[in-house]
Amino acid sequence: MVTRMKILIIEDDIEAAAYLAKAFREAGIVCDHASDGESGLFMASENSYDVLVVDRMLPRRDGLSVISELRRKDVHTPVLILSALGQVDDRVTGLRAGGDDYLPKPYAFSELLARVEVLGRRKGTPEQDMVYRVGDLELDRLSHSVRRQGKEIPLQPREFRLLEYLMKNAGQVVTRTMLLENVWDYHFDPQTNVIDVHVSRLRSKIEKDFDLPLLRTVRGAGYMIKDDRTASA
Amino acid sequence: MSKLGVLLRTTAVRLSALYLILFSLCAAFLVFYVTGMSERLLQQQTRDAVTAEVTQIEQVYTRAGVNGLLRSLERRARQPGANLYVIAGPSGEILAGNVASLEPGLLDREGWTEKPFAYQRYTDETRKDSHVALAHVLMLDNGLRILVGRDLQEPQKFRALVRQALMVALGIMGLGALIIWFAIGRNALKRIDRMSEASTKIMAGDLSQRLPRNGSGDEFDRLSESLNAMLGRIEKLNEGLRQVSDNIAHDLKTPLTRLRNKAEAALARKGTSQRGALEEIIGESDQLIRTFNALLMISRVEAGSAAAEMSEVDLSRIVSDCVELYEPVAEDVGLRLEAEVAPGMVISGNRELVGQALGNLLDNALKYAEGATDPLIKVSLGRRDGKVVLSVADHGPGVPEDKREDVVKRFVRLDESRSKPGTGLGLSLVDAVMEMHHGALNLAATDPDGADNGKGLTVHMVFPASAT
Repeated sequence: MVTRMKILIIEDDIEAAAYLAKAFREAGIVCDHASDGESGLFMASENSYDVLVVDRMLPRRDGLSVISELRRKDVHTPVLILSALGQVDDRVTGLRAGGDDYLPKPYAFSELLARVEVLGRRKGTPEQDMVYRVGDLELDRLSHSVRRQGKEIPLQPREFRLLEYLMKNAGQVVTRTMLLENVWDYHFDPQTNVIDVHVSRLRSKIEKDFDLPLLRTVRGAGYMIKDDRTASA
Repeated sequence: MSKLGVLLRTTAVRLSALYLILFSLCAAFLVFYVTGMSERLLQQQTRDAVTAEVTQIEQVYTRAGVNGLLRSLERRARQPGANLYVIAGPSGEILAGNVASLEPGLLDREGWTEKPFAYQRYTDETRKDSHVALAHVLMLDNGLRILVGRDLQEPQKFRALVRQALMVALGIMGLGALIIWFAIGRNALKRIDRMSEASTKIMAGDLSQRLPRNGSGDEFDRLSESLNAMLGRIEKLNEGLRQVSDNIAHDLKTPLTRLRNKAEAALARKGTSQRGALEEIIGESDQLIRTFNALLMISRVEAGSAAAEMSEVDLSRIVSDCVELYEPVAEDVGLRLEAEVAPGMVISGNRELVGQALGNLLDNALKYAEGATDPLIKVSLGRRDGKVVLSVADHGPGVPEDKREDVVKRFVRLDESRSKPGTGLGLSLVDAVMEMHHGALNLAATDPDGADNGKGLTVHMVFPASAT
């Protein structure tokens, strides 16, 4: 990564915020912290951040109002909302207020990190790339075709979308929940390892006849598509 | 407050008092109107009769002179129930007739007497007996004055009689109303007393109490009935709440204890082998979080707070999506997921919740039908009896008929399934979601004649027909 990502955490629980800041720093992300809504709003509008992590319930100004105020001021920094409230209806109100992503508490840090990284990258990556490439794997979004080493790999529509999402976030961890949300567009808890099975089917299709593995399982977090040769280089 | 005071404040008494007043006013008006009218009618008759006689007398006088007039009047005066006849001299002294005395000055003016006047007859025994009459005075050209009149006693008697009847009727009415007040008011009061007695007990915490009913189906009965229905619902909710807190205590404390034990064991182990233990602990707490989330979701769905997020959703699409999502997992465990989805089934609902509910059913089917002789899990969506029915049928061990109601309850799991992973909340959530969608959740056997362990389970989610 050329520049380090810089984020702001607006969270009133000092202990949780300190834990998050430490974990983010270990992951190579620069992290500021505000402990109430007003100062969070001030910091977010005065400085430039890549991502804001906003708790919904904050003293002095609640999280949703911080977000809508920022949007009103034309600050379009991606926002991830953290909330202890239920996820059925709460998520909708959160996203409606201008949030970009939503994570119910309690969450796994790996989940939060993966989402923050994807949100931070969103600003930089041009969405209009018509062809995604990872190593010798090529996905053409226009013709809906996937090739590896020039050989066409036939995929089901859902498998295509799965691969498309993975490749769009190549080099980054995407969690199972993120896949369910972005590829299937559902936000419920599927109870079983449904996503894993879909990923392993996809993996067998894109890796079966080739030597180099591309799609990796990141233990305790999710999946990542990456060309290991470029990484080691 | 005194008992009478309470009684006087009842609605029944107030209403009867109001009726009594209105009714009396109407009755009084009616009686006065009738008596007034009939009096006027009788007076008119009197005048007509008197006028006719006066005309006859005038004719007699013209034809037969004073003597003939006197004879005619004598004859007329002697008839039984005769009218009043007076012949008086020019100075007003009574010369002949059937009247003993008159009010003075009455004969001085020709024509009708202005008002009824008092007079006495010869037949009157004392001077105190006096009568009232209306008369016409005729002045002859020789200075004689002739009075022809008619007694008004009868109309007056009639009026008095009617007035008396009115008084009696009013009295009876008043008395009757008072008695009715008492009966109705007291009855109503007694029943309300019984109701408030019962509600006091209920307020004290005995939710099994019910308000009394006498089976008459009147408004009190209906009130009691609906309040009882409300109490039933409250009792059920309360019972559910109690059961849930008991279950939470058990089902959350057990994994918490396990968690703690593992942490302790890891701590005691020392050295480098802690990683595995920590992973187990995280897994354990994830399960706890999952249970907690499911609980929270159920209670929010039940509280109806998600109802605001209802919209027209394509159920066919959701079903296809979910089947597609779970199909590879089914295949992995050796089951076959088949879908028979009628297109374009649109319902008013919450996409995420319906998806979650169907996900729970599919997850259950995959979990419990694993290893069944018939690996088919069939998901079907279609219209039946005007309703939209979504069914998931498996050929696993099924749920015994007498347990089907229980498994929907929170944390209830059949003993045979305790070894499988799960929160015991899956079907509860489906049930809550169906209730929110004004639908129903039905459990049945897929193959009722199958072997004991292979009857299978079919779960029907019945949605009300959409408006469109």
